[in-house]
Amino acid sequence: MKTLAKTLAFCAATLLPLMAQAAEPIRIGSVLSVSGPAAFLGDPEAKTLEMYVAQINKQGGVLGREVKLVHYDDGGDASKANGFAKRLIDDDKVDFLVGGTTSGSTMSMVPLAEKAGIPFISLAGAVVIVEPVKKWVFKTPHSDRMAAEKVFVDMQKRGITKVALLSETSGFGQSGKKETEAVAAKYGITLVANETYGPKDTDMGPQLTKIKNTPGVQAVFVFGLGQGPAIVTKNYRQLGIDLPLYQSHGVASDEFLKLAGPAAEGVRLPSPAQIIGDKLPADDPQKPVVTAYNAAYKAAYNESTSTFGGYAYDGLMLMVQAVTAAGSTDRAKVRDALEATKGHVGVSGTFTMSPTDHMGLDLSSFRMLEVKNGDWALLP
Amino acid sequence: MLTEFFQYLFSGITVGATYAMAALGFTLIYNASNVINFAQGEFIMLGGMLAVLFTQAGLPLPVAVLLAVVVPTLVGVLVEKSVIEPVKGADTVNIIIITIGASLVIRGLVQVTLGKNARALPAFSGEAPVTLLGAVLPSQSLWVIGVTALVVAGLWFFFNRTMGGKAMLATAINRTAAQLVGINTAWVLTLSFALSAGLGALGGVLVTPITLTAYDAGIMLGLKGFVAAVVGGLGNGMGALVGGLLVGVLEAMGAGYLSSAYKDAVPFVLILLILFFMPRGLFSAKTTERV
Repeated sequence: MKTLAKTLAFCAATLLPLMAQAAEPIRIGSVLSVSGPAAFLGDPEAKTLEMYVAQINKQGGVLGREVKLVHYDDGGDASKANGFAKRLIDDDKVDFLVGGTTSGSTMSMVPLAEKAGIPFISLAGAVVIVEPVKKWVFKTPHSDRMAAEKVFVDMQKRGITKVALLSETSGFGQSGKKETEAVAAKYGITLVANETYGPKDTDMGPQLTKIKNTPGVQAVFVFGLGQGPAIVTKNYRQLGIDLPLYQSHGVASDEFLKLAGPAAEGVRLPSPAQIIGDKLPADDPQKPVVTAYNAAYKAAYNESTSTFGGYAYDGLMLMVQAVTAAGSTDRAKVRDALEATKGHVGVSGTFTMSPTDHMGLDLSSFRMLEVKNGDWALLP
Repeated sequence: MLTEFFQYLFSGITVGATYAMAALGFTLIYNASNVINFAQGEFIMLGGMLAVLFTQAGLPLPVAVLLAVVVPTLVGVLVEKSVIEPVKGADTVNIIIITIGASLVIRGLVQVTLGKNARALPAFSGEAPVTLLGAVLPSQSLWVIGVTALVVAGLWFFFNRTMGGKAMLATAINRTAAQLVGINTAWVLTLSFALSAGLGALGGVLVTPITLTAYDAGIMLGLKGFVAAVVGGLGNGMGALVGGLLVGVLEAMGAGYLSSAYKDAVPFVLILLILFFMPRGLFSAKTTERV
């Protein structure tokens, strides 16, 4: 009995540290807004990360090492995100950062990542995250400027030059407003009306009435997120406005169809390929990636996917691919590998990074969609 | 020009009627206990969320609406029995803080069990709006305004013509004296919570086709409803209705004629002015405090 115990103790003392060393996990730190006002973004992001980290480990991990996800919820509060990022870097000693649900949270984490020299892939939209280029910071979502440009390209095709802009007073809406104003002239578009609404407003009738009575308006472009744009769409039909209505990529989810109901008919918006996975032509390079992601998420959580979860998927996969390419978890090497990413097909588009572009998506990663018969239809 | 005015007016009335509904709930509990119930917004949210849940479960609309009113009423009674009644003798301020706690619990439970997504409910009598004087009004607004008016009339009758209502008023004015004349004051507080939860839920069901709903919808409705109740004069049913409509119309006019960026500021500035000159609200009776 005694010898057995001794043997066990010996084994434990000598073998365990060895095993631990061999299996020292790769730590990926993440700060997401799983609760709070941005929860509808952060929730699918967290679920996606958890699901794919588990899947990667089941398939043997990365470089033969287990991947460990250390995750905190900032509740949509940028100052909390900063605190958690500090904790991830100093206490949890993570190798990389993937996260930052909102642009505010991301920007509060950026100085820490830059100072510590940690590769950081953000899941937030604003252009300021990668412009000017920051050495250690990358991002996966399409920027608001691209959404405005995609919409203006479509308007140009229809000969529309005079547009009314209705933007949300949220960070997303106001950043979108700024970018829309900045690129309008480039496409020969004049903004003849410029109205706003609050993210919790329940009636946008007055703003739309004002737009309706503005002389020369040819189309309306709404820049917002969540339920506001759905109410705008309902009010738009109630007021009998028959101008073309454009929304931003902020409402590119089946949720919008459910909330706006029949009023959504004819609405056009730019969207990642992700929400129309099954309608993509068979030869589309993104089709297999998108359909696999959608199916896996649905199987795991029994919820329909959103573009936001797709951004998290791309963030994780870009990081994994960079670690594999670098052949180590050396931070500088992984950063260089990230910057050298070429033709990486993701859920949100095909990524090609460069020293001057840390997002890596171009306008072709957005598809123009129109709501037809209560479903999305791909415009040529 | 005139069409524009009517459009802003109708938009304001639509939103204002939802605020009025919320204000009525505050008024009821204030009447019975001098307590501001900050969980009122959550009862409104519960009504809307449950109505969506039950219609999606395949129940016909009237049954779903009935259940969506009954369940929050029971929640209201539960809240009163479990957390308000045990501290009956405490300061009003303590009870107000407890209601804030109750609101956080309800919101959290709904967030965890029903999810964080916004939800929609179809309008009761079709999505086609009513055209009036060249402006359009969603048909659901008529439901909200009509039911709110009925509720105000019903409450007036209850408080002025029935024993139960008078007992409630008496309890609010002086609890000890009310007890001395044989009023069961514990029962009065339970009833007021049940009533205001039920009314809040009914309001929530009615406004959901216009405003959509989500687990956190109660915060905004509760806040604006509170403002409306204060403007109208706390404790006055008619005041709640007028206060709600006033806040809604001022918002719409502000957005239409000034700038949508200052939409929320316009009513609040005017409300400050009103309260400066009439500190007890528009409809509150003049009372003299004995020193």
